[in-house]
Amino acid sequence: MLLDVQNLTTRFYTHDGEVCAVSDVNFSIEPGECLGIVGESGSGKTQVFMSIMGLLAKNGQAEGKAYFNGKQILGLNPAELNKLRGVEFSMIFQDPMTSLNPYLRISRQMTEVLMEHRGMGEEDATKASIDMLDLVGIPESRKRIGMYPHEFSGGMRQRVMIAMALLCQPKLLIADEPTTALDVTVQAQILELLARLGRELNMATVMITHDLGVIAGLSDRVVVMYGGRIVEQATVHQVFNDPQHPYTRGLLDSMPRLDDPGSDKLYTIAGQPPNLQNLPSGCSFAPRCEFVMEKCWTDRPELAEIGSGRMKACYLEKM
Amino acid sequence: MEATTTSKNSNSNGAPILSVRGLKVYFPISSGKFFVPPIPLKAVDDVSFDLYSGEALGVVGESGCGKSTLGRGVLQLIEPTAGEVVWQGHHLEGLGPKQMILYRRDLQIIFQDPLASLNPRMTIGDIIAEPLTVHYPELSKDERKQRVAKIMEEVGLLPQMINRYPHEFSGGQCQRIGVARAMILRPKLIVCDEPVSALDVSIQAQIINLIQDLQQSFGLSLIFISHDLSIVRHISHRIMVLYLGNVMEIADKLSLYDEPKHPYTKALISAVPIPDPEQEKNKQRIVLEGDLPSPLSPPTGCVFRTRCPIAQPLCAKEKPPLVDAGAKHQVACHFWDADIR
Repeated sequence: MLLDVQNLTTRFYTHDGEVCAVSDVNFSIEPGECLGIVGESGSGKTQVFMSIMGLLAKNGQAEGKAYFNGKQILGLNPAELNKLRGVEFSMIFQDPMTSLNPYLRISRQMTEVLMEHRGMGEEDATKASIDMLDLVGIPESRKRIGMYPHEFSGGMRQRVMIAMALLCQPKLLIADEPTTALDVTVQAQILELLARLGRELNMATVMITHDLGVIAGLSDRVVVMYGGRIVEQATVHQVFNDPQHPYTRGLLDSMPRLDDPGSDKLYTIAGQPPNLQNLPSGCSFAPRCEFVMEKCWTDRPELAEIGSGRMKACYLEKM
Repeated sequence: MEATTTSKNSNSNGAPILSVRGLKVYFPISSGKFFVPPIPLKAVDDVSFDLYSGEALGVVGESGCGKSTLGRGVLQLIEPTAGEVVWQGHHLEGLGPKQMILYRRDLQIIFQDPLASLNPRMTIGDIIAEPLTVHYPELSKDERKQRVAKIMEEVGLLPQMINRYPHEFSGGQCQRIGVARAMILRPKLIVCDEPVSALDVSIQAQIINLIQDLQQSFGLSLIFISHDLSIVRHISHRIMVLYLGNVMEIADKLSLYDEPKHPYTKALISAVPIPDPEQEKNKQRIVLEGDLPSPLSPPTGCVFRTRCPIAQPLCAKEKPPLVDAGAKHQVACHFWDADIR
């Protein structure tokens, strides 16, 4: 097991009170596999990994355990985390422009990683950086490395971010909505690149996204989150062909599909996503669920195994 | 309200309700030098189409392809550089704001960012009623309030919420307010400019169904602008594909998706990820190389040729005209029926 997360709970203390962004989340990642994390905004999908990476906002507090290669990393101090971040695991974000320093040339931002973590000299680091830019498909990398972030297009910037994240050959790459800000044709390029790099470098990938289409092509396993909790966890085929949680099925049905001329009306999940500040005492999906039963309002279903390695948090036996 | 507009989805019967001919919208960009005149940025370059009563025309393309500018140019929110916009027989281009106001009640728009398009200091009742105060100032306060309450119910908002402010609503509800504001004048055409791209998946479906319901029950014409091909396919009757301000292909929904003729349309359709692992892993994806060229210096000839997998020497020399490629199917490519691999 590469990463094993146990009982992760993340709270934010705000002026309006406590917000529970992640509640009691358990999952694991095997070396080389690609795990998809799906959820809408506010489902906690990003905060899970911000907690693990030690990147929470100041008012955030994470509890639980996260074992990376057997070593507990949750709540380590920044100095210790810095030895791991960017080396053992890296993260890329949705908007590459806000993640790159606009004042520094790409060369400086890339070589810094290698000089810091690998103790390389500037010349070697530059050479390695150019090789990495080649690997992610940036043309004229020798010339491009001397440019500033604003001189790159959105897709190219995301490639630079990926190159930077991969410089130390991490065992785990966490991609947080890496293609949401990009056009479809560029998204196709980046997804292909991520799939290729995962294979070639035998690196585990976490793909955090709201777009089920993106997950379908890339992931081996899928975790579905709602209201800060995991509601379903299964292989990609199980999730897409036979969703077991009403929320997963609702999500799949409410998307218009290109391959299906479809009916006149889209399926809709009624209502709004839950307010994390006062989550219902029962299942947080109960107010929107069309299969809601009496006990859903009072008791919260735990995530439990339902056979063939898949898990769901729902009292419903069969939809 | 006069129910004259409820002609049921009468596609392409009779005269078009809107005709756009040779529409150009150029923005002058300073060259940075004193004696050198500004360079025109051709956001929309020579676009022509017809829209029929009750029809939904989808406009797709990547960012910077001019789809939003096209919508605004049609509504005269941006003054077109050249071309004709004929609405029910009346030329709209060159009309001053005073004359334009007569047509505005028929022509409305819904914006992308639901919260940013609502004034945070106005109650939603005032926001939705504002078009009424402009176009029907003779209405009494009570009448206005009644109409606002009615439209709020139609778009799925509780009339009790009338005195709340936009920040008290979620994104999906804000978009419902935007829809109510556009619908209150009972317009005949609504330009929807990426109305759901800022919303979560489960909320997107709610808003799409709402727009579709309103379109069907009032016989609205829609220009539905989106970068999401799946949504455009769901809602439109006919679809126009734009690239760098130029029409690449325009066709009925089914023939566009089942038999795309233009290499760009083909690539665009194959790039959309489909929520089905089997299809995703097995499908042959046409991945376009590179990025959109700068609209300030578009390629000569065909604007798509720099990324086109079948580009030929001719493409650099001559701009392909929009030609008929089947029933109600037009394509702008020299080689749409040639077999080039």
